[in-house]
Amino acid sequence: MLAASAEEEFSEELLLKPLPDRKILAHFHFRNEAPLAADSFARHHHLFPKSISQLVQKFHIKAMELSFTQGRWNYERWGGFDPISSHNAKPPGVELWAVFDVPQHQVDASWKNLTHSLSGLFCASINFLESSTSYSAPEWAFQSALGSLRYGTLPREAVCTENLTPWLKLLPCRDKAGLSSLMDRPSIYRSFYHSQRLHLIMPTAVSDGSKSGIILEQTLTVVLQPNNQKASMNHVGETKIQPSWSLSSIFGRKISGRCVLAKLSNIYLHFERGLVTQLDNLQKKSSKFAANDTGLTWKHPVVWSSSHAPLYASRFLMGSGNERGAIAISLKSTEMTKGLVSANNVEERCKLQVNVLQIVPWYVKVYYHTLQLLVDERPQVLADFVERMRVSPSEDKVSPGVMELVLQFPCEMKSAVLSIEFDKGFLHIDEYPPDANQGFDIPSAIISFPDFHAGLQFCEKSQSKSPLLSKLQERSPVLSYTEVLLVPLTTPDFSMPYNVITITCTVFALYFGSLLNVLRRRVGEEERLLKNKDAKKAVFLRRMLNKLSAKLRGRPSESTPSPPSSSSSPFVSPKLILRVLMVAGIAVAWQYYSQ
Amino acid sequence: MGANENNSAKPRARPIVRLGIFLISHSNIVSVVCFTAGVVALLLLPILAKNTYISENALMPGSANNMLSTHHVSDANKFIKDLTDLEFRSGSSPIESQKLIAHYMSALDAEVTFHKFYPQFNHFHPLHFFTSPDSDIISENATCSSFGINTFGIIRAPRGDGKEAIVLVTPYNPNKVGLGEALSLGIAYSVFSLLSHVTWLAKDIVWLVADSQYGEYSAVAAWLREYQAPAFRRVDIVNSETCNESSTFNELGQDLYLDGKLYGGFRRAGTMAAALVIKVAEQGNQYEDSLNIYAEASNGQMPNLDLINIVNYLAVHKQGLRIKVKKMWSLLGSKWLNTLGVIFESLGRIARSLNPQWNPATEYVEGAATLASSLYYQGLGVPTGPHGAFRDYQVDAITLEISPKVSLTKMIRRNEFILRGGRLIEGVIRSINNLLEKFHQSFFLYLLTSPSKFVSVGVYMISFALLVAPLPIVAAYLHSNASNSTPQNTSALEVDASHKSWKWLNSARKVLVIHLWGVVVSLLPFFLCQVPNTTPTTNFILWGSLSASSLLILYLILGSPIFEAAVSLHEKNKWASLKSVTISTAFIGLSLMSVINFATAEIGALLIVPICLLARPLKLDTQARSWRTLLRASCNLALGFIGFPPVAFVLLKGAFEDFYGINVSDYWNWLESLWAWNSATYLYIGVVHLPCWALCINILFHPC
Repeated sequence: MLAASAEEEFSEELLLKPLPDRKILAHFHFRNEAPLAADSFARHHHLFPKSISQLVQKFHIKAMELSFTQGRWNYERWGGFDPISSHNAKPPGVELWAVFDVPQHQVDASWKNLTHSLSGLFCASINFLESSTSYSAPEWAFQSALGSLRYGTLPREAVCTENLTPWLKLLPCRDKAGLSSLMDRPSIYRSFYHSQRLHLIMPTAVSDGSKSGIILEQTLTVVLQPNNQKASMNHVGETKIQPSWSLSSIFGRKISGRCVLAKLSNIYLHFERGLVTQLDNLQKKSSKFAANDTGLTWKHPVVWSSSHAPLYASRFLMGSGNERGAIAISLKSTEMTKGLVSANNVEERCKLQVNVLQIVPWYVKVYYHTLQLLVDERPQVLADFVERMRVSPSEDKVSPGVMELVLQFPCEMKSAVLSIEFDKGFLHIDEYPPDANQGFDIPSAIISFPDFHAGLQFCEKSQSKSPLLSKLQERSPVLSYTEVLLVPLTTPDFSMPYNVITITCTVFALYFGSLLNVLRRRVGEEERLLKNKDAKKAVFLRRMLNKLSAKLRGRPSESTPSPPSSSSSPFVSPKLILRVLMVAGIAVAWQYYSQ
Repeated sequence: MGANENNSAKPRARPIVRLGIFLISHSNIVSVVCFTAGVVALLLLPILAKNTYISENALMPGSANNMLSTHHVSDANKFIKDLTDLEFRSGSSPIESQKLIAHYMSALDAEVTFHKFYPQFNHFHPLHFFTSPDSDIISENATCSSFGINTFGIIRAPRGDGKEAIVLVTPYNPNKVGLGEALSLGIAYSVFSLLSHVTWLAKDIVWLVADSQYGEYSAVAAWLREYQAPAFRRVDIVNSETCNESSTFNELGQDLYLDGKLYGGFRRAGTMAAALVIKVAEQGNQYEDSLNIYAEASNGQMPNLDLINIVNYLAVHKQGLRIKVKKMWSLLGSKWLNTLGVIFESLGRIARSLNPQWNPATEYVEGAATLASSLYYQGLGVPTGPHGAFRDYQVDAITLEISPKVSLTKMIRRNEFILRGGRLIEGVIRSINNLLEKFHQSFFLYLLTSPSKFVSVGVYMISFALLVAPLPIVAAYLHSNASNSTPQNTSALEVDASHKSWKWLNSARKVLVIHLWGVVVSLLPFFLCQVPNTTPTTNFILWGSLSASSLLILYLILGSPIFEAAVSLHEKNKWASLKSVTISTAFIGLSLMSVINFATAEIGALLIVPICLLARPLKLDTQARSWRTLLRASCNLALGFIGFPPVAFVLLKGAFEDFYGINVSDYWNWLESLWAWNSATYLYIGVVHLPCWALCINILFHPC
C-alpha cells in the first residue's frame, strides 16, 4: 500500500499556537500531492480525491481556493503579519477564487460550471456565485500574477458540519484516524473563529512550463477558548494567567494514532518571538508532551502581543436613511510602521504601498468621482497618493462595481481615510428576499501590502521537509480583509402596503377627484354654453350623436336645458336618499349579524 | 317625484357629484355632525385600544432562562462600590472614574474607546429644520475646557459576523456621581459581564457610558454623530498645545494603548439594530419597583411597538416590575373625564360590542390620561430622553427608567434590584439578538393608552379625518354662496360673472400676505437670539411687538391697496370668500401636518377648526340680535381667545400641569425649546396656526 503511493504523497500536520488573549489557535494542514501523468485523470488515484482531480481536468483549473468561514479573525489580537493570518484569515461566509487555463471567452462559462460542481460537492449554495452580479475579475489587486482570475464571495453563507463532512471525505483517512480524528464537531463549531479552506495549485515544472502535478492543500483554522472554570471569573486588577490546556481538553477527543497513509504526521507548537523572549526571561515554562495528548501548562502570567500588519484597516458605513450613504476605509498605522520610520530615517523617503480591492454589488450605486482621501486628517489630492487605479463601474443587474487602487503612503503617516459615496438602488420586486430582510451585504474589501512579506524564519532548519513549515516560510504578501458591511435598503413589506395603498388611493381619488370637479367645474357656465350652442345649432354632428346615444339608452332626447338651479339642491330626490339609507342599513345589519 | 320632473330635464350629474353637492348644501349640519363625531371618536380611543402583542415571532421574549446570576451581581456591586468610593476620595479628578470604567470594561475583554466631544448646544437655524445637524459645524463656543468624554466598550459576538450591534446607554455624570447613576451603571455592567462570555450572541454589544455633564442627549448625539457621520478633518480650534485637558485625554488613550491594544481610534460595530437607555430613578416609588418607558423621539416618531412590547412582556411576566408609561397625572383626578368614563360604562353594552375586552370607568380614565400624555409628547416633537438621538439615524430606541420601591440610599436589597433590572435587560437583549431582520413587523404609528394597550394609526386617523372633513365642505359652500348670491342683486352680466368667479383671488392674496407674516414671525426669534443679554420676558415682549409691527407694515405695503379696491362693490360677501380661502389653507396646513406629526395636527385641529367653522363678523351677529347669533358671537370671541397661541399654551399647560407660577417668559422658553429641537410643531404654530387664527380674528372684526 505504501509502496504504491510512492508518487502520491499525503501529509497531515497540526500547528498549535497560544494567542495573547488566552485563546488557542489550532491550524490543521493536510497536503495531498499527485503527479500529473498524461492519463492520470482517467485512472483511480490511491490517495488523491478523485472528485477534485476530475474537477481540475474538466474545468482546466490552474489554481483555486475555496474557504468556508464563521466568525471574524481578530487582526488586532491574533496578529495580522504572519502567514497564518494572511493565508487563513478569511471573510465570513464563502470565498472562492479560481484561475482557469482556458481562452478568455470561456472563462466565465468555466466559472459558472465550477460553482455548480463545488456547490454539489460541498453542500453549500456556492451556485449563487454563478450569477454575473456576484463575481468579478480583479486584475492586479489580488493574486495578480496568475492570469484570468474570477473572484466571488457569499458573506451570508452559514457554515456548518454539512460543509465539513464533504471536506473531510477528501482526506484519505477521513476523520477516522490521524490528526483529523480530533475534529469533534461541537468543539469546532463552538470556536471563536473557524475557517476551512481548500487550496488547489498546479505547480509548473521549471523545465518546460508544463504542469507537473496537483497539490491539494486542505487547512482548518480554529481559534478556541480552553475552558477552565477556575479562570472564567476574572477579577479586575490582576494579570490573568494563560489557561493551561491539552489537546484532549480543547477538542474533547484524543488522537488514537497517526493516519497510516500519511507520509508525515506532526504536531507543532508555535510561539511568537515576543513570547519566546518573555519566556526566556522567565525561564519557566512547562510543556508536557504526553503520548498523543500535547498540552501546555502555564505557571506565570505572561503578556505579549502578536505582530501586526503595517496598517490596521477597518471599514464602516457612514450616513443614515434609505437614500444615500458612504463607505469609509480607515487605515491606521501600527507599531510596525513606527519601526519602519525609525529604521528608514537615513533614507530620503520611505514609501508604503497599499493595494485596495473593493467590490460593491450593483444595488449600491457607488459614485467613484466622490472618492476622497484624507491623510492624517487633512484632505489630500487623490492623484498624489494613487499610483494606479482601475475602476469598473457596476452595471444594473449585470455586474458588480470593482475598484482597485494602488496607494503609496509616506511611512510616517498616522492615519488615512478613503471615503466614497453611494446611492442605495431599488431592487426589482422579485430580487428581494422573500421576507422583510435585515439588509444587504457589501463583501469585505481586501487590503494587501505587497512590499511586506509574511514569511516566518525558524531557528533550526531541521524540519525543512515539512510542507506546513515550508508553507509558513514561503514569502507571500501580507493580506487582510475588512469587515462585511450591512446596508439597509428600502424594504417594502409586500403585503401590507397593498392594502394601505388601495384604500388610501381609493379614498383620495374619490375625495380629491370629486372635490376638484365640484370646485373647478362651473355648472352654470357650461349650461350657458350649451344653450348658446343649441341656439346656434352649430354642432349638428354632436346633436345627432346625442340623439343616437339617447335612443340607444331608450330615452327621449332632451334638447331643452333647464334653468340654472340654485345651490339648495333639488338634485337629490327623497327617493335617492331612501335608497342610500336602505343600502347602508342592509350593510350595517349584515355587518352586525356576520360577527 | 314632482321635484324630479324638473331635474330630469337637466343633464343628469353623476351620483358622486350629487352627493358632493348635497353635502355642500347642508354644510352646517355636516360640519356640526363631523366635528362632534371627531371629538367623540377621540374620546372613544381609550375604549378602542387593542392589547399589544408580540408581532415578530423571532423575538421569542422570555423563552430562554435567565443566565444572569448573583455572581454577576456581586461583581456589579463591587464596581458600584469602587465608583462611589472614588467620589468620596479627595482630590480625584472626574477623569479617574472614566479610567475606572474603562478598566472594568477591558477586564471583560471588551474593546474600550474614549470619545472626546464638544457639546453642541442647540441653536436655532432656520435652514436646519428636518435635517440632522451637520457634523462639520462645531459650535463657536467650544473651548478647551468644555468637553466631555464618552467611554464605550464593544463586545464582539464570538461567532457573529459583526454586521449588527445592540447599544446599551447609561448616562453618567463624572463630576457628580449620584447613586442612581451608579446603580444604572451597575446594572449595565452586570449585563455586560454576562454577555462577555455567552455563546449565543449574534450581534455585537456596545455599552456606551455617556458623559452627561452637558446633558444626556447631547452626549449621546455627539457619539452617534461620530459613529455614523464622522468628520475626519481635524478641528483646528482644539489644538493639543493650547489645551491642558486634552493632554489628560491623551493620557487616557495611552493607558489603553499600553494594555496591548493596538487601535486607538474610534471603534465601530456595524449597523445598530436597537438601543436601550438605562436609568435608575433616585427617589423611591412607594408601591413597588416600577419601570418607566419613554419612547417619543423628535417630531413624534416612535420606535417599533415590538420593542416596547418585549420590555413590557418581560418586565411584567418575568421580573414582576410594575410598568408605566407617562401619564397626565392631573387628568386622573379630573371630574369630567370620570363622568365621561361613567357614561361610557353605562353605555357598556355598546362599548362591549365595539370592543369585547372593554372595562370599567377607572381604566378609561387611566387610558385617557396616558393617551393625552402620549398625544402631548408626540405633538411637542421634543424627544423625551437620550433615545431620541437614535431615532435620527433610524435606530429603534427606548429609555427604561427603573425606580425602586424605597429610596436608594437606604436600600437593603440592592442586589435583588440589580438582579431584576439586569435580567430584564438581558432578556430584552436576547430577544433583539434573536431578530434576523430589522424591526418591521409591528407598528410605528401608534398611541399608547397603557403599557399594554395601543391605538393604531388606522383607528386614530378617523377622529382627525372627521375633525378636518367639514373644512373643505364649508369652504366650498361659502365659495359657491359668495359667487351665487350676488348675481341676483345685480344684472346678470357675463362680464360681471366672470369677474366674480375670480373674486376669491383677492382674498387669496390677503391670506397669502398673512401667511407670509406668519413666516416672518417664526423667523424673528432667530434674530432675537443674536441680541445678547436678554431675559425671556423681554424677548417675548420684543417678539410680540415686532410681530405686531411687521403685521402692520405688511398690511400697509402689500395689503391696503388691494383691500381698498375690492371694498367698493361686494363688501358684503367679501368676508365669506375670505373665510372660504382661510378654511382651505387651514385644511391644507392641517393635512400636511398630519403627515409630519399626527399628534400636533390632532391638537391643532381641536383648537383651530371650531373657530374656522364658526367665524362670522361680530357686527352681523350683533345686528341680528337673536339669542342664537349672540351665542354664536360669544362663542366666537371665546374660541378666538383660546386660539391665540400663548393663551392656548397657558391653558394646555394649566390643564396638564398646573397654573401655578406661569408667566409670560414660559411661553418664550417653550418655543425656544421647540425650535432648538427642530420640532415641526414650531413651524406649524408659526406658519399654519397663527395666520389662520389671525385671519379668523380678522373675519370676526370685519366691517360689514
